[in-house]
Amino acid sequence: MRARPFHATLAACVAANVLWGGTAWCQTGDAKEGAKIFSQCSGCHEIGQGARDRIGPHLNGIFGRPAAAHDGFDYSKSMARAGSDGLTWTVETLDAYIENPRALVSKTRMSFRGLDDPQDRVNLMAYLRNYSDDPSNIPEAEPTARGTDHDLAPEILALVGDAEYGEYLSSECLSCHMADGSAQGIPSITRWPTEDFVVAMHAYKAGLRPHPVMQMMAGRLSDEEIAALAAYFKDLD
Amino acid sequence: MTLNRRLFLSTGAAAAASLAAPAVLAQGAGKPRVVVIGGGPGGATAARYIAKDSKGGIAVTLVEPSRTYFTCFFSNLYLGGFKEMEDLGHTYGTLAAKYRINVVHDWAIEVDRDTKTVRLASGETLPYDKLILSPGIDFVDGAVEGWSLATQNAMPHAYKAGSQTELLKAQIAAMPEGGIFAMVAPPNPFRCPPGPYERISMVAHTLRETNPTAKIIIADPKSKFSKMGLFQEGWADLYPGMIDWIGQDFGGGNVSVDADAMTLTIDGETTKVDVCNVIPAMKAGHIAEMAGVADGNWVPINPADMSSKADPDIYVLGDSADQGDMPKSGFAANSQAKVCANAVRGALTGSKVFPAKFSNTCWSLIDTDNGVKVGATYEATDEKIAKVDGFISETGENSALRKATYEESEGWYAGIVADMFS
Repeated sequence: MRARPFHATLAACVAANVLWGGTAWCQTGDAKEGAKIFSQCSGCHEIGQGARDRIGPHLNGIFGRPAAAHDGFDYSKSMARAGSDGLTWTVETLDAYIENPRALVSKTRMSFRGLDDPQDRVNLMAYLRNYSDDPSNIPEAEPTARGTDHDLAPEILALVGDAEYGEYLSSECLSCHMADGSAQGIPSITRWPTEDFVVAMHAYKAGLRPHPVMQMMAGRLSDEEIAALAAYFKDLD
Repeated sequence: MTLNRRLFLSTGAAAAASLAAPAVLAQGAGKPRVVVIGGGPGGATAARYIAKDSKGGIAVTLVEPSRTYFTCFFSNLYLGGFKEMEDLGHTYGTLAAKYRINVVHDWAIEVDRDTKTVRLASGETLPYDKLILSPGIDFVDGAVEGWSLATQNAMPHAYKAGSQTELLKAQIAAMPEGGIFAMVAPPNPFRCPPGPYERISMVAHTLRETNPTAKIIIADPKSKFSKMGLFQEGWADLYPGMIDWIGQDFGGGNVSVDADAMTLTIDGETTKVDVCNVIPAMKAGHIAEMAGVADGNWVPINPADMSSKADPDIYVLGDSADQGDMPKSGFAANSQAKVCANAVRGALTGSKVFPAKFSNTCWSLIDTDNGVKVGATYEATDEKIAKVDGFISETGENSALRKATYEESEGWYAGIVADMFS
């Protein structure tokens, strides 16, 4: 279905009646609350004016768009297949996807375990909905915090990684992360923009990102080794 | 000869490509041959990486008796009812079809280091240029008085996953109300240091549901064990009064069993038990001993490439190796396999050899959605594989973190089996 303008709120009664077997469940989304929840998404997705594709595609105009239909973003095979099978992003399908991404698209690269609370999902969709009507409705604001906000030195970002060395180093990553890019409990790390990959690894190395395994693994990688890994995983398919 | 050839080949990739052929023709075959014995996390990973990265330039044969490999890791979760046996079984079809690995389901029974051949139980022999041994563990004869392979059905070890694990689960299910589950824990070093204690947690989880007045006794020859604080905190909170751990200080190492009478004697005191899980002391898989590369119970290796100290053309991975600071785990074997694969490929084809990096993480499940982990990174020094850095879960962590840790372990399982078999 092509989404119609709802502005700041989203009534999810119709969707809910389909999803929950016609129970009298009816909720209205609060876009302000949804904006807070979007902080869980903004590491990978941008939304709003000037939003770009990063680790995930930008989400302007998501409602009504067929899955994997956004030109220029390199989707997982699984998402591409879902799109060609006819999956379109509606209130119903986005609700299901946000609840449990892998239940809807089994080998999606989206590394997100899902939102259990239906109200959280409706709020988040109300927020996303603000950026979906048509381009003229997109507020004149900067995109939400970019995943690449950082103070990493330009010379570190400018390093060109040796992909052959990256391939050897990658074998250490592939004890846990899936080479096919699926996220089955451990995040997908394939086909990230180089900058995002390098920034994330340096954030682990500096102890800014909180995960003990990744802090330890990144902790002993040199700047060149991080660049090499970024170069290798960028093109891994 | 071998050392000279290796030095010669490493002088440049372009030169090496043209020079590899004569070295191999001398062996009487079209391309260099690698034989891998053992299809677990060490062997399957090494075979896969060598075949994949050499792009057909090296003929790889993998010798593994089982057609379906059941992972030891996560087999405790089967005992706890979190996994089915089918979830743990993996086959070798993709290794054969996608990477052209010659998968031979047979037992290797002899290694002749002079002729560089491996003899199989079927009578065939396989020539090799490089041999990789990753046979896992065997048990030390007479390690637990009264226990032997002849009595392993009465008192299963369940420390090689498969029928033994299924047997142990069936015995737990058949315990009488208020019965006793006993474990004889192994001395260091042994496969999967947290394994016995995760198993206790999983048995307790099952018994709490099905047989809540049952008791668990552990006779342990050690005075401390992996993740001890985490397990003991979990046992006290989640299974209060059920688990009695008898460590070295209380005679836990002075143990004998009687499989006919189903009794366990700890420091002179005999108890009739309903299930007795005997995990004896371990040693390198027997083929390592037969190859003459073991020294005592384990095989000394050169940390830079996992080659054995006794023979530069034989590499030893995982549980069988004397791994220095690394624990004997599937993760460790998988990590070592990649270092070894890189070195073997370099030696045979002149491809670039990168410095060794090792890592390990071991997740354990204490109860539903209650996972913990321990891990470290390692490097090769002249002496041994030496620890660089490490971490461990903390006591008192919140339930969301413990749940996330469990989900992460499931992600790791998917990752490592893909890294071995897909």
